Amino acid sequence: MKVYQKTYTKLQAITKATISLDAQGVANEELASVNGKLAQVVKTNGSRVTLQVFSGTEGIPTDAEVSFFGAPPTLKVSEQLAGRFFNAYGKPIDGGPEVEGEVREAGGPSVNPYKRRQPSELIPTGIAGIDLNNTLVSGQKIPFFADSDQPYNQVMANVALRADVDKIILGGMGLSNDDYLYFRHAFESAGALDRIVSFVNTTEEPPVERLLIPDIALTAAEYFAVDKNEKVLVLLTDMTLYADALSIVSNRMDQIPSKDSMPGSLYSDLAKIYEKAVQLPSGGSITIIAVTTLNDGDITHAIPDNTGYITEGQLFLRADSDSGCVIVDPFRSLSRLKQLVQGKKTREDHSQVMNAGVRLYADAQNAKTKMQNGFDLSDYDLRCLDYAKDYARELLSIDVNISVDEMLDTAWRLFARYFSPAETGIKQTLIDKYWKA
Amino acid sequence: MATKGKVTGIVSNLVTVQTFGPVGENELCHINLGGTQLLAEVIKVTGDKASVQVFESTRGLRNGNEVTFLGRMLEASLGPGLLSGVYDGLQNDLTTMEGVFLKRGEYTDPLDHEKLWEFKPLAAPGDKVKAGDWLGEVQEGWLPHKIMVPFKFEGEYTVKSVAAPGLYTIDTTVAVLKDADGVSHKVSMIQKWPVKVAVRCYDNKPRPGKIMETGVRIIDTFNPIAEGGTGFIPGPFGCGKTVLQHAIAKQGEADIVVMAACGERANEVVEIFTEYPELVDPHTGRKLMERTVIICNTSNMPVAAREASVYTAMTICEYYRAMGYRCLLLADSTSRWAQALREMSNRMEELPGQDAFPVDLSAIISNFYARAGQVVLNNGQTGAVTFIGTVSPAGGNLKEPVTESTKKAARCFYALEQNRADQKRYPAVNPVESYSKYLDYPEIQATLEETVERGWIEKVLRAKNYVRRGKEMADQINILGDDGVPVSYHESFWKSELIDFAFLQQDAFDAVDSVCPMERQKYMLNLILDICDGSFEFEDYEKCREFFKNLINYLRQMNYCEFGSERFLSYRESVDSSLRSE
Repeated sequence: MKVYQKTYTKLQAITKATISLDAQGVANEELASVNGKLAQVVKTNGSRVTLQVFSGTEGIPTDAEVSFFGAPPTLKVSEQLAGRFFNAYGKPIDGGPEVEGEVREAGGPSVNPYKRRQPSELIPTGIAGIDLNNTLVSGQKIPFFADSDQPYNQVMANVALRADVDKIILGGMGLSNDDYLYFRHAFESAGALDRIVSFVNTTEEPPVERLLIPDIALTAAEYFAVDKNEKVLVLLTDMTLYADALSIVSNRMDQIPSKDSMPGSLYSDLAKIYEKAVQLPSGGSITIIAVTTLNDGDITHAIPDNTGYITEGQLFLRADSDSGCVIVDPFRSLSRLKQLVQGKKTREDHSQVMNAGVRLYADAQNAKTKMQNGFDLSDYDLRCLDYAKDYARELLSIDVNISVDEMLDTAWRLFARYFSPAETGIKQTLIDKYWKA
Repeated sequence: MATKGKVTGIVSNLVTVQTFGPVGENELCHINLGGTQLLAEVIKVTGDKASVQVFESTRGLRNGNEVTFLGRMLEASLGPGLLSGVYDGLQNDLTTMEGVFLKRGEYTDPLDHEKLWEFKPLAAPGDKVKAGDWLGEVQEGWLPHKIMVPFKFEGEYTVKSVAAPGLYTIDTTVAVLKDADGVSHKVSMIQKWPVKVAVRCYDNKPRPGKIMETGVRIIDTFNPIAEGGTGFIPGPFGCGKTVLQHAIAKQGEADIVVMAACGERANEVVEIFTEYPELVDPHTGRKLMERTVIICNTSNMPVAAREASVYTAMTICEYYRAMGYRCLLLADSTSRWAQALREMSNRMEELPGQDAFPVDLSAIISNFYARAGQVVLNNGQTGAVTFIGTVSPAGGNLKEPVTESTKKAARCFYALEQNRADQKRYPAVNPVESYSKYLDYPEIQATLEETVERGWIEKVLRAKNYVRRGKEMADQINILGDDGVPVSYHESFWKSELIDFAFLQQDAFDAVDSVCPMERQKYMLNLILDICDGSFEFEDYEKCREFFKNLINYLRQMNYCEFGSERFLSYRESVDSSLRSE
C-alpha cells in the first residue's frame, strides 16, 4: 500500500523538533517518515503541514523525503510481549524477534467513567510509609515525588516486585543506562521477567522520542487488562523528563507558554496518561506508579503541581537526618484512595492509628523547631522527639518490609512507650481493645 | 438550508473551517470524519473562516472534510427523567452507551422517550401564562416534576387546552397555548435551552435570607453559606478539597444536588455513583442518588466539553429551580474549565492575559456565579440555586487569576491550607482567613437568631475572636519561647486549640462525627464557649497544656458519640468534673 503513497521532497521550514511542508490529504496525528526518521502530524493549515520529528531534526535537509503512513502510532499486541524489552517505537532492543499480534492504536479512547468500578483491592508493598499511612489500591495512579538524589527507581522496583499483580509494564523515559540495567537486573534476579514488559528510552536517545513511551506502554497495559482481565501495574519513570519533551515541541511550534515554560495544555496532556489507570468491571485493572523528579523539593513547579491535581495522591521521599533513613514523608505524602481499603480490607483501627501516628510526629516537628530556636523543651516535647526517632526508623523508613497488622502493632507499641492514651486522641473503643499497656 | 463548510486547518482540537454561508457565534456543527459526525462549536469567525472547537479527538481528521452547521447553540434537554442521571459534558447519557470505551461521535439521548409518565394538569383552559409557569406535573421518583411553559416562549399566552390526567411519553403534546396573535403552540414535557444563556423566567431575585445547612461545623457555624448563595473552595492538591465537597454534596440541605465533575479524576465520579445509591440523605431518609444528577467530563475526556459541562449543570439547576426546588450545584473544579479556555485562546493565538489566561476570564467567571441565587417565581413560590465551586490554584498560590477572579464573584471563601492539612487538621479550612459575607446580611442574622438561638451571631464572632487571639499568642510563644511569655498567653493559645480540635476539626470518615446537625453545633459551641469564657489560674504552662489536652480529648470523644447518648453524657460529665477541679 505504501508504494502508492506520494513522496514529498520540499520542506518549507525546519526547527530543532519540527518540520513543515506543503502536502495534500494528510490526517491529523498520522505518522510519517522524514528521511527514514519517524514523525507525526501536529498541525495543518491549508496545505501547510507541521510534523514533530521524534528523533530530532539534526541533519535533515530541505529536500528530505517525506512519506505519510496514513495511520497514527500503533503497537502489535499479544502474549509475546511478556518478558521483552522495546524502544520507544515498540522495536525490540533485547535481540529477540519482532512481536506478532493484533495492531492497536496507541493513545486510544478513554474508558466510559460509568463503566468503571470503584477500586477496592489493597496493593501491599511491605513499606509502612506506604501501606500504613498511604495505602495503595489497585486501579490507582500515584507518583513518587523525589529529588534526583533519592533512590526512587529502587523503591519503585521493590514495590513492583512485591505487589501481587499479573503484569508489570515499565515505561522508561530518559532512563540512564545504569538505571535501565538496574531494572533489568532486578527483574531478572527476582525471576519475574516473564510477567514484565519494558519500553525504554534512555538518556542516550533523543528526548522527543519519550513522548511515545507512555501511550505505547499503556496500549500494552490495556491489552492485558481489558482483553486478558489481568491486574497490570505500569511504572512510568521519569514523568518530569516527559513533560520537558512536551515543552520542547510546544516551544518549537511557537505556542505561548504558561507557568514554568510549560505548554498550557500540560494538565490535559498528563491527565490523558494518568487517567488510563482503571478498575474494570471484568476484574482487570491498570495501576500506575510514576516518578516525578523535583528540583530541590519544589512541588509548586508546574510539573509536580499539575501531577498532584491529577493523580490520586503522591509519595514523597526524603532523607531524614534524625534517623538517618530515607523515609516516605508522612506530611507531604497522600493516598487518596486509602479509605477504600483502610479498615475494610485491613484492621478496624487502621485509620485512627495512622492519624494519631502522624499527628504525634507533627508535634515532634514542632518540638524540634523549638529546640532549634533555643527554647526549653517540655516533658511532652522530649517524649515526642524520642517517639519521632523510633517512628521514622521502625515505620517510615523505606527499608521496612512487614505486614499491615505488624505495622499497626508496632504503632500501638510506640504510642504506649511514649504517651498516655488521652494524648493519642484515639477513639476510646479502640484504645480499650488495642492499647499495649 | 444548513450552511456547509470544509476543514482547512487543524491544531489539536481547534479546527479552522471555510464556510459557504452564514454561521453564528457558538453555533454547533458536525464535522464528517468517514461517516462519524464530530460535534464542534464555533468560537470565532473571521471573514469566511470559522474557528471551531471540537468536542472529540481530532485524530485522523483531514483538510477538506465536510462540515455541516446545525443552526443552533449547545442546548440542554430538560424534562422528567434527569434525576439520578449520569451525563457527560454535552449531556449524553453515559449509562446507555455500549462498550467499555467511549466511542467518538457516539451521542446518546439524555431522556427516555418511551417511558410513560403520569400527568396531572395544573393549569386550565383560559389561564394566562408566561414562560416558566406550571401547566401540569408528573411524579419523577419522589419529586413532583412541573411541566412548564417552555423558557423560550416570550410574552403572555393563553392556555387553549391541557391534556387530561393520564400516562404520556415526554414527546406527547400535553398543552396547547395561544399567543397574542392567536397562533397556537404545542407544548410537550420536554424543552430545550441554550446552556450558556441564563434562565430568567422568574418574578424577582431577592437577597438570600436563610442558611443552607451542611452538617460541617466550620461552615455552618463559622462561615455559613446561604440558600441561593455562592461560595468557593480554593486549595492546593491534597488539602481535602474533594472530601469537603463530597461532604457538602452528601449532607447539604437541598432538594436536588447537581455535581459537575469538570476536568477531575474519573474515580471520584465512580465513588459517587457507587456509594450514593446506598447512602441516605440525612434530611429526608431517601437514598442520595435519588436527588443527585452527575455531569462528568473527567480530565481525560475532551477538553472543549469541560466548559459545556459546568453550563449544562447550571442549566439543569435553573430548570428545577423554576419548579420551586432548592438546588445545590457543586463544580469541581472551575480551574480546569479556565484552563480549557486558556488552551483554546492559546491555539487561536490571542494576546494572553495574566498567566496566559484569556483576558475576559474574570467576566466569564462572574457571569457564571451570577446565575446562582434565590428566586421568587411568577406564582409566588421560591426556588434556589446554591453554587459552590472549587478552585485548584497552580502551586497552591492564591494570587493567581482564577482564584482572584472567583474571589470577586463568590460570597463565601473557604481557604484550604497546606499547613493544616499537613497536620491532619481536617477539614483544612483556615478559620481566620476564610469568610462568609452572609454573616453580615441582616436577613441571615435575623433568621439565625430565630432558628438557632438569640445571641448566636455574637457567640460565633466571640468564638472566632478566641481563635484569632490564640493564633497571635502562638506566634508570640514561638518567638519568645514557652517560658518567655506569661502563662495567660498559653491559656489563650490553648483556648484556640480547644475550639480547633473540638469544634472546627471534624472526621469526615466517621459515621457520627461527619454529620453535625445545627442543634448539636449549638450545644457544642455553647459548651466550648463556657469553657473559654472562664479564667483559670494555672501554676505554669505545663499544667495549662495538660488541662486543655484532657478537655480536648473528652470533647472529641463526645463528637464521636451519638448526640445525647449515655456515653456522650458521661464524657460531658468528665468535662464538667475537670472544670470543677480547676
